[in-house]
Amino acid sequence: MSYHSIVMVKQVPDTANISGQVMKPDGTVNRSKLPTIFNPEDKVALELALQFRDRFGGTVRVMTMGPLKASDLLRECLYMGADEAFLISDRKFAGADTLATSYVLAQALRQLGNYDIIFAGRQAIDGDTAQVGPQTAEKLSLPQITYTEAILNAEGSTITVKRKVDNGFEVLEGTLPLLLTVVKDAATPRPFRAKRVMAYKNAHTLLELEKMTEGNSLLYMDQLKEEYVSKGLFIPTLTADDLDVDLNRCGLGGSPTKVHKIESVVLGGSAHETIPPTKDGMYALIDKLMEDHIFG
Amino acid sequence: MNENKLVWVFIEQRDGKPAEVSFELLSKGRKLAESLNGELQAVLIGHNMQAVAEETFHYGVTDVLLADHPDLNHYNTLPYSRIMSELVDRYQPRIVLFGGTFIGRDLAPRVASHTRSGLTADCTDLQVSDVTYLRKDYSRLLLQIRPAFGGNIIATIICPDSPVQMATVREGVMEKIPLSQPVAGRITPVYYEPDAADQLVRIIARHHEESKVNLKAAPIIVAGGYGMGNWQNFQILYELARVIGGEVAGTRAAVDAGYIDHVRQVGQTGVTVRPKLYIACGISGAIQHRAGMSESNKIIAINADPDAPIFGVCHYGIVGDVMEVIPKLIDAYKHKLK
Repeated sequence: MSYHSIVMVKQVPDTANISGQVMKPDGTVNRSKLPTIFNPEDKVALELALQFRDRFGGTVRVMTMGPLKASDLLRECLYMGADEAFLISDRKFAGADTLATSYVLAQALRQLGNYDIIFAGRQAIDGDTAQVGPQTAEKLSLPQITYTEAILNAEGSTITVKRKVDNGFEVLEGTLPLLLTVVKDAATPRPFRAKRVMAYKNAHTLLELEKMTEGNSLLYMDQLKEEYVSKGLFIPTLTADDLDVDLNRCGLGGSPTKVHKIESVVLGGSAHETIPPTKDGMYALIDKLMEDHIFG
Repeated sequence: MNENKLVWVFIEQRDGKPAEVSFELLSKGRKLAESLNGELQAVLIGHNMQAVAEETFHYGVTDVLLADHPDLNHYNTLPYSRIMSELVDRYQPRIVLFGGTFIGRDLAPRVASHTRSGLTADCTDLQVSDVTYLRKDYSRLLLQIRPAFGGNIIATIICPDSPVQMATVREGVMEKIPLSQPVAGRITPVYYEPDAADQLVRIIARHHEESKVNLKAAPIIVAGGYGMGNWQNFQILYELARVIGGEVAGTRAAVDAGYIDHVRQVGQTGVTVRPKLYIACGISGAIQHRAGMSESNKIIAINADPDAPIFGVCHYGIVGDVMEVIPKLIDAYKHKLK
């Protein structure tokens, strides 16, 4: 038996390298000002899905919700071995919290359909909430297994999964379809395949094709799109118009959590005592700690 | 809007033992309930849970909603989230708190999704306050405070239009404060009707070790950051901890770099500690880390960078190479105290 998987991936700001004016006055993030990377645990989730396909057969589709430039991330997924990629993008989806995000993702998954397993990283490094996976599963009435460390087996509609828990693990048997969130240690993402990079660096979304053909006739545009579709180089974009979504549940307006206040972290120089990094300094420090009744 | 003033805490248990974080949340929940002029209640799911239910009375719980059934022995996402979601739908509590644990982080988003409630993860502080948001006044909202975005900011999140406000909090963030006398609470049984759909995921094996590490109880903590440079250098912290009688901990960056295991992570997404002495070695002092240790009684910071933010929270600051300073500190301790 072969299985069809969909991996939910996210392009995230490289939170380790933040600089400049990244926060907008409304408290949301100006993502265009940030360097972006493939969310690490989503990359592991994709790798696990690819390994699963290698072992049992089937397909791996990937989807991401994000701005138009998130197509970069989808090309990377194609380089790694994904069969198909989908971009979910609309200004109406912007500013979403985890609840509104999971709503749109769930509606996109309904539309794509025909899946046995949905993979996602445990959490994204820009928020660390680990909420979108379970919230998407709930909206689709799917079971979930979070903190997946390994897929031990699959047989018919049953999958056996090893899951991390505090100070240990559980082995779970789940009935497909279900959603898995994956921890970092579950797999090591494969490098991009040179042949696939050559092939898929030309994979484009509709908007990218439109930019390439600026000034040309609409007819030419249609022909070009046909050509890309036939070569398997077309990345479909799903907008609010393409999905069955209630706009009241999307984006900032559909998000129950709101940012009320943002405070920059201002570091006051504390009135600490400076100890020289010398032998005498260390002796003096031990004396002080004895006075503080910490030692002795 | 929800006129209800109930504050709920989900009490998690493993093998019948309640989690520490649940009592910490009850202690905070009691204060939130006072600010709301409301009532603190607990939700408990498991089997043979009577004693645990009664334990919550020591924290001011007036009512425990208890689902007790052999099938609910161990945490399992589908039945637990179904029970919790139905209870939230029915009673519409104003605030629901979950531990930021493997259980809480699996359960809370599912319940929040079902009930379409706002949920904020890993809060480092919770308060109740009147809020003006977009020129509208809201009375007694839950302020959910957490560092965000690489620690560059502290965000206050609110759920102005969500009848139910939910948050998760990591272990150790809130202080556990039992009452001197338990309150006379009641236990309300919650009927659980097993459903075939609850068994779509089945636990077939469990391996759980008692934690060998209890950072919260350690009087002295020696912690290392990414600035330790490599795994080999990190080992010197165990030597220092052994000599002065402490536990070793690390920052998230140290955990990510593989220097130390996640169970020893101190900070917003790890454990919050308040030891007598915290020695921060090669730790720059990002806000997420400081959130987990700044209430230590005394803090020593050792860092080569004099501008490292960690010097902003320490009591004793040593600017120098950790690999040179720590051996000197060990020698000085041995000389003075042995």
